This record gives sequence, structure tokens and C-alpha cells, in this order.
Amino acid sequence: MNSTIDREHAIDQLRMMLLIRRFEEKSAELYSASKIRGFLHLYIGEEAVAVGVMASLAPEDGVVATYREHGQALARGVSANRIMAEMYGKQEGCSRGRGGSMHIFDAATRFYGGNAIVAGGIPLAVGLALAEMMRGCNTVTCCFFGDGAVAEGYFHESMNLAALWKLPVLFLCENNLYAMGTAIRYTQAAPDIAAKGAAYGMKATAVDGMDVVAVEGAARAAADHIRKGNGPYLLECRTYRFRPHSMFDTELYRTRDEVNQWKKRDPIDLLARRLYDTGGFNDQDMDVLEQSVAVEVEAAVAFAEAGTLEPVEDLTRFVNSERSDA
Amino acid sequence: MSKQSATVETSYREALKEAIREAMTRDERVFLMGEDVGHYGGCYAVSKGLLAEFGPERIRDTPLSESAFVGAGIGAALGGMRPIVEVMTVNFSLLALDQIMNNAATIRHMSGGQFNVPLVIRMATGAGKQLAAQHAHSLEGWYAHIPGIRILAPATLEDARGMLWPALLDPDPVLIFENNTLYNLEGTLPENAVAVDIDKAKVMHTGNDLTIISYSASLFKCLDAAKALSREGVEAEVIDLRTLRPLDDATYLASIAKTHRALIVDEGWRSGGISAEISARIMEQAFYELDIPVERVCSAEVPIPYARHLEEAALPQVDTIIAAAKRMVSHG
Ligand SMILES: Cc1ncc(C[n+]2csc(CCOP(=O)(O)OP(=O)(O)O)c2C)c(N)n1
Ligand SMILES: [Mg+2]
Repeated sequence: MNSTIDREHAIDQLRMMLLIRRFEEKSAELYSASKIRGFLHLYIGEEAVAVGVMASLAPEDGVVATYREHGQALARGVSANRIMAEMYGKQEGCSRGRGGSMHIFDAATRFYGGNAIVAGGIPLAVGLALAEMMRGCNTVTCCFFGDGAVAEGYFHESMNLAALWKLPVLFLCENNLYAMGTAIRYTQAAPDIAAKGAAYGMKATAVDGMDVVAVEGAARAAADHIRKGNGPYLLECRTYRFRPHSMFDTELYRTRDEVNQWKKRDPIDLLARRLYDTGGFNDQDMDVLEQSVAVEVEAAVAFAEAGTLEPVEDLTRFVNSERSDA
Repeated sequence: MSKQSATVETSYREALKEAIREAMTRDERVFLMGEDVGHYGGCYAVSKGLLAEFGPERIRDTPLSESAFVGAGIGAALGGMRPIVEVMTVNFSLLALDQIMNNAATIRHMSGGQFNVPLVIRMATGAGKQLAAQHAHSLEGWYAHIPGIRILAPATLEDARGMLWPALLDPDPVLIFENNTLYNLEGTLPENAVAVDIDKAKVMHTGNDLTIISYSASLFKCLDAAKALSREGVEAEVIDLRTLRPLDDATYLASIAKTHRALIVDEGWRSGGISAEISARIMEQAFYELDIPVERVCSAEVPIPYARHLEEAALPQVDTIIAAAKRMVSHG
């Protein structure tokens, strides 16, 4: 982090992680106030993964997300305003209020949706990549999924298909050690997820998912590998969620102590400390970031509050294509 | 008259748990498996505490592998156990649809009666919690299309408590659908609550003016509607189907013979749904009893939306049921 470019980039990365953190803290608050409903899955603790990975993607690349996708969406560049409005159920939301927290879609950033069927997005990403390859586009389709998803048949079938057809997919596993309340030790006979990629004949590595610099480096290497026509790549990011699985989780399955141990490796602190240590970044700079993030979050809330409800007469719109859509 | 037995305050969730506990205690072959049933305590907290009580052999946390663990449940049933498989919600059961349809429902027939599958699968169903289109559908009507399985839809505490044991005694696969809005339903049950009949529908409110046929969470909307209608002098008879396959035709046909009007209320979609099946049966078996055509109040033909006002608009509501009932009564 010696050149100014690196420093500026690192500060951008820090700001994005901070934005995700504060945006989600606000979301939790709004959930308690019943402004946001349904299921709300927070990404807090895992910010380095999405922020690191998105930096390796180009605008023309595609992204398939999970239901824990506010961080993935924000880091991809989906507007905070429209994500918040979506969670408010307003028609200004990125999915017109039809999807909510778990179903953020944004065509402009090729963000193919939060998917709430665990592993349900994986075959979709394979198909998107197939289309890109057949159309001669040299893009990467990045598919996010959790450690829990690795147990689904979809994962295994998709890994094989993508490797078999040498498809340009970046399989991005966010291994936070738990699928809801079930620890990976209770669900995986062979818990080394990266090793599974190798078993399907694709290049696979694991990286410290709390370290955004390491994640970005690993994701860039993976994306390069894919862009060179070497087929898919499985990148396992080892991370941890600081918050409960969703807003309904009493966390009977893990100790406070375990959570606190992981919090010592908070991805935001890790990067901030590194910036402090290399000099040229201080408390004042941090305050500036906090303030700019606070402004953006407040603006998102204001946008959502001011949003409007879609008329009930439109309930059955978009079930089928309208003439004007075609 | 018979002595009133003591009652206990309970909830739908607790009643289900008591039923599981009773079954596990009565029959060593019974075990529960599914995602988060153990350490987490069940995604709807139905099995909370059972891991400590029965241990990890009989309260089995599974990986996220619906197809594999439902299939394993079928295998274990074939192999002499009495598994209760919990699938978190009906939407996720679609990952195991192949196992349910192509194995559980067919093996007895395909094997010429040599093998049977005494399996119970429980799952949550239904909308109402703003969970959007991958968590909120009511597909029990779909499952009721499949020969070879029994479909139960407990709405009341009695049924939540009493349907599991007879389901486990059934030599064939039984699917139990628990509407997600019912888990917090509270009320009282006799202390010595027992198994209930799983063959018959039940008249929940009597009346002579029209018959409202429903099940699961919609039943309560129908009962509320019936109360409101009664205040306006319209007496509706409300029937809880309870079992969607095999359907107990006799109960609703007897009611229609009295009221001559039939309204079906279903949280599933109208097209090709269980309401269509019931309507067809009424046509086949009670056409000349009807004063006016059968009517239906179902969910709008749309994937369930997130926004509250749209979700509410998509589902049958007390108002829409009342409106349909009044229209029917005034027409004939
Ligand atoms: C097919 C399917 N089964 C079950 C669920 C319920 N569920 C939602 S999230 C989740 C845990 C997933 O864990 P993981 O893939 O590790 O992702 P994480 O939540 O940790 O980010 C479960 C069991 C679901 N949404 N889809
Ligand atoms: Mg996980």
C-alpha cells in the first residue's frame, strides 16, 4: 500500500465496507421499527468478501447473489436508495417492492438477484456463463453462495457442468462456518470446501475472508484465470457473520466468546489499522468517511420514506411479459 | 354427563412438539430429521429442546440437502424405521419433489405391494409474513394431486396435537402441512389430548344459508367471516377439510344438500388447484343440489409479493370471503 493509487483504492474499499456496515445497522433498526419486514439477513462481519470480490469484476461481468446480499449489491454498485426502498416495499425499490431484502435485482449492474433458495442461484450462474461463452463475450459470471449451499445437489451438479464445459464462472463461497444454526462440522464430512473444486477438476483456492486486500488479490487471480479461458474457479472466502442468521435467531448454537474472538478480526478494523500503520491516514480521515457514509445512509432512508406504494391494481403485473416489454 | 377433563394452555407450536415427543417416546423407531431441527431448535422452534431430551441419534440435524435427506427418510422407512422428516417450507420441498413423487408415492405400487413407505414429512406452508415469492407459497394442493400419499393440513390445536400419531401409523407416506401463520396460535387442549381421526372433514360452524369449504389458516378467516355474516342474518356453515388427500367428499356434500350453495376458500392459486378439484366433485356429485354456481376465493395468480399491501391483496381475506358469501346468498 505504498503508491497513492493503492492508498486511494484502499480508502475506497474501507468506505464501501463502512457503508455496508452502517447501512445494515440502520436496516436492523428499521426492522425493529417495523419499516422493514420479512426476513432480513445481515452481512455484518463479512464485508471484506463482497468488497474484495467486486473490485475484481468489470461492469460487463455478471453477478448472482444470495439472500444475504445487501453487501453484495452495494459493493456491486446497486444504489443504496433503491435497495432501501425495496426493503420498504416501495415501487421505487430495485425490484419494485415485490422482492424485499432477499430479492434485490438490478439489470444495470448485471446483478441477477438475491436468491432465497439456498444454492438455487448456482445453476443459474452456470447458464449465464454458458450464454456469455456462446455469444463470444469474454466475461466472468460471479456466483455467491454459502457453506451451507455446498451440501446441495445443485452445487455438485453445477461444479461438474461448469468444469466439463469450461465455463467462465467464479464460484464464490462465503464460508462463515454456519448454515443458519448448524455448524459446518455437523454438515460436511470433508469440510475443506476448496478441495471439492479440485475434485471436480477446476482450480480452487481458499483465502482469509476477513482481509479485503487478500480477498481482492485472490479474486483478481481467479478472474484472470477465468478470462484467459481456463474455465471455472472456486474461491472459498473464510469469514464469519457477527450478527444472528436473521432477525429471528436466538443463537443457541454458538457462544458469545466465539463471536467475540472473530470480532477481533473485524474486516473494517483490519483495513483501517493497516492504513493507520502505513501513515497518511488518521482519525480525522476516518471521521470524514463515517460522515460521508452517514449521509448516504440517511439519504437512502429518506428516499425510501418518500417512496410510494405500487397501486394494488398492478398486483398481477410482471407475471407475464407485457407487450411493451417484448 | 361425562366429567370435564383438565385442560392446558398451549400453542400450535407446542402442540406439534408434544406430538413429536409422544411419538418418540411411544415408538423407538420414530426419529426426527431435517435442517436445523437440533442445535438451532427448529426453524419455527417446533423441536426446541428435543435434542437435549432425545440426543443427536434421534434428533438429526441434516446438511442442506433436501433431496438427499427426504430420500434417506424414504429409505429409512423402507428399512423399518418410522422417520419424521421436517422440510423447512414447502418451497424448499421442491428440491425433494422427485423423491416424494417418484419414490415415496410410487414404491408400494411399483413393487406390486411388496414394499411400503411409512414416512411422515412435515413442512411449513403459506404466506402472510412478507417473505416473498420463494418462501410463501401454498403448494399442498399440488401435492394432493399425487396418488399414493396422504395430505394433512392441521388448522386447529387439536389437529396439530393429534394428527402426527395416526400419520405415523399409516403404512404409506403422509405429508403434514403447517401454515406458517399458525405456529403462534394459542388456546387450550385437554391435558390428555389424543390422536384424532385423519379421514374426515369437520363442520366448524353450522348454518343453513351457504357452505364455506376451507382448510388450514384460511379456515380462521372463514370463521371470522361466518361470525360477521351471522350478525347480518346470513348463516354460513364452515367446513375444515383437514385432509386434502383423500378428500372427504361426504361431509361437504351433506352440507351442500342442506345449504344449496358452495363457496371454496383456498390460499393456493385458483387454476388447477384443490379448489378446482372440489368444485369439480361438487359438480359431479351434487349438481342438482346447487341453487347457484360454486364460487371460489383463492390467491391471486401471482408469485407472492413482498410489499405488505400487495401480499394482502394477493391472499383471500375476510372481506373478500364475506363479499362472495353475500353475493351468493342474494343471488338465489
Ligand atoms: C433450499 C433451501 N433450504 C433451506 C432454506 C432455509 N435457509 C435459509 S438460509 C439457510 C442457511 C444457509 O447457509 P449458508 O449457505 O452457509 O449461507 P449463510 O446464511 O451462512 O450466508 C437455510 C437453511 C432455504 N432458504 N433454501
Ligand atoms: Mg454459512
